[in-house]
Amino acid sequence: MARHRHRYRHRLAAEALALAALLPLPPAAAEEGAPRRVVSLNVCTDQLAMLIAGEGQLHSVSYMAQLPEASMLHEEAARYPVNHGLAEEVFLMQPDLVLTGTFTTRATTALLRRLGFRIEEFPPETSFDDVRENMLRLGRLLGRDARAAELVAALDRGLAGGAAGATGKLVATYSANSYTSGGGSLAGAVIEAAGLKNLGARLGIAGAGYLSLESLVLANPDLVAVDGREYDAPALAVENFVHPAFRRVAGDTKLVNVPARSWLCGGPFNLEAVRILRAAAEGTGR
Amino acid sequence: MTGTAGYRLLLAGLAVVTALLFVCSLLVGPAEVDAMTSLRALVSDEGGLMTLVMREIRLPRAILGLSIGATLGLSGAVLQGYLRNPLAEPGLLGISPSASLGAVIALYTGVAAAFPLGLPLAALAGAALAVLVVRVMAGTDGGVLSVILAGVAVSAFAGAMTSLALNLSANPYAALEIVFWMLGSLTDRSMTHVWLALPFMAFGWAMLAVTGKALDALTLGPDTAASLGVDLKRVRFLAVFGTAASVGAATAVAGAIGFVGLVVPHLLRPFTGSLPSRLLPASALGGAAMLLAADILVRVVMPGRDLKLGVLTALVGAPFFLWLVWRTRRRMV
Repeated sequence: MARHRHRYRHRLAAEALALAALLPLPPAAAEEGAPRRVVSLNVCTDQLAMLIAGEGQLHSVSYMAQLPEASMLHEEAARYPVNHGLAEEVFLMQPDLVLTGTFTTRATTALLRRLGFRIEEFPPETSFDDVRENMLRLGRLLGRDARAAELVAALDRGLAGGAAGATGKLVATYSANSYTSGGGSLAGAVIEAAGLKNLGARLGIAGAGYLSLESLVLANPDLVAVDGREYDAPALAVENFVHPAFRRVAGDTKLVNVPARSWLCGGPFNLEAVRILRAAAEGTGR
Repeated sequence: MTGTAGYRLLLAGLAVVTALLFVCSLLVGPAEVDAMTSLRALVSDEGGLMTLVMREIRLPRAILGLSIGATLGLSGAVLQGYLRNPLAEPGLLGISPSASLGAVIALYTGVAAAFPLGLPLAALAGAALAVLVVRVMAGTDGGVLSVILAGVAVSAFAGAMTSLALNLSANPYAALEIVFWMLGSLTDRSMTHVWLALPFMAFGWAMLAVTGKALDALTLGPDTAASLGVDLKRVRFLAVFGTAASVGAATAVAGAIGFVGLVVPHLLRPFTGSLPSRLLPASALGGAAMLLAADILVRVVMPGRDLKLGVLTALVGAPFFLWLVWRTRRRMV
């Protein structure tokens, strides 16, 4: 058992290394005819574009891409000029391709389309199939199929490791305003990939939903995944984390700090969330 | 029903209804556990997690529903008697919104985190300021309209400043929380909130309760009351600070909940022989019953949606208020 665990740790370390190697951009020119001035308006397309685009292809990312709480690639994003999803600033950038999410900056998207810009919309991912699809699609759009396929392969290698370490422990995600991730959510997919069971899905919550403190206490999960972000100012939204009942049921041994940025958007970096959850599940016994 | 026996019957009936609603509030929740198991978990230590749910989540919620409802009913009855104005109520006069503003400033600047009593005290200060403004605007003859108009202005101002304070917060969630401060909720409150608010509310109730006899005399007009030996300054002090302490503390932990203080005294007045001294205890019980019922409804009608209490009380209260305005207008003509 101990040896098995040791070997397992080894593999985790190897995966982490592989993941780290993926993050810096290997500079390479894009294909002929591919877009040369791409502007991304959404924090999720920002990150995929930074990973997939060739040297000089990506012109601007959204301001959120530079926020450490929202973006895994916030350091990388500092290299790009930012936009705030406003039609006027995007127009002045004169992009030949605009990347956007299906739920954000709707008015800007509609206006830019009327002005004749080429817009490609990406729906938020709710499963790893969606993540693969979005990455491959962006690869095709940018003329960078090989790079996208490489990233998908790396993601798949990382995910394959998850099944081996399945502990089947029950985990609940709990965020500000008592929200949890249920079935059909990317966070739910990450939890399953880490070999764990998702309380939100068990309770029949689809997507993101409200998890009452009462239900959380009675379900008594093995792990409670929180963002762990410290805010500069107080708000009622985070008072649920100091409620005496929450403290009793989610003591320090059960709390896992999974940064929101690691599973807010789909990408190879979701493996980081998988790794954190798997390590926490190994460390706690019921 | 206006004799002493009838009045006692009314109080006993209201007490029974309130007690039943209190127990009912303890039994309603997202976790579907049967009544006996729930109550046993509340009193014995062997209920495991259910004991935790009952004692730390449902009990504080029921206690706050009871005490905040009593606060609103009682202060509404006192304000209507003291201002001799049928439209007076903590929400409409801007007292609850001002208390919200005080609480918001204490909470979002971090004062409440460093000094817990700062939260109810700031709410109390906001409420006291609003009562004083309204009292000054009412003048000595207590015009019905001037009081309500002053209340409208105070409410609008306090609401706007609350919104400003929340917008200025560095916390991304703060701006959305205006809904809580405007409409009120008891979701996931804890015993900490009970201990923070209950002493202030009890202190306020004591101040309001002793105004009963003086309010009886005031129904004859301030001059007559003074000639009957009523100390008007003392009544003013008790009414203003009793309302501020109780409504301030209630709002600090549950947000501003409107219309309870308006509807309850009006519904019960016919059964108390229109005597304020009798109306006060009846309104306290009636307010408690109404808020407990509203808080049970938000959990039964829309579970998991965190429907705000003020929505339900406004559904009942706003049409009632319009009807009162209609009746008051006809009487004035």
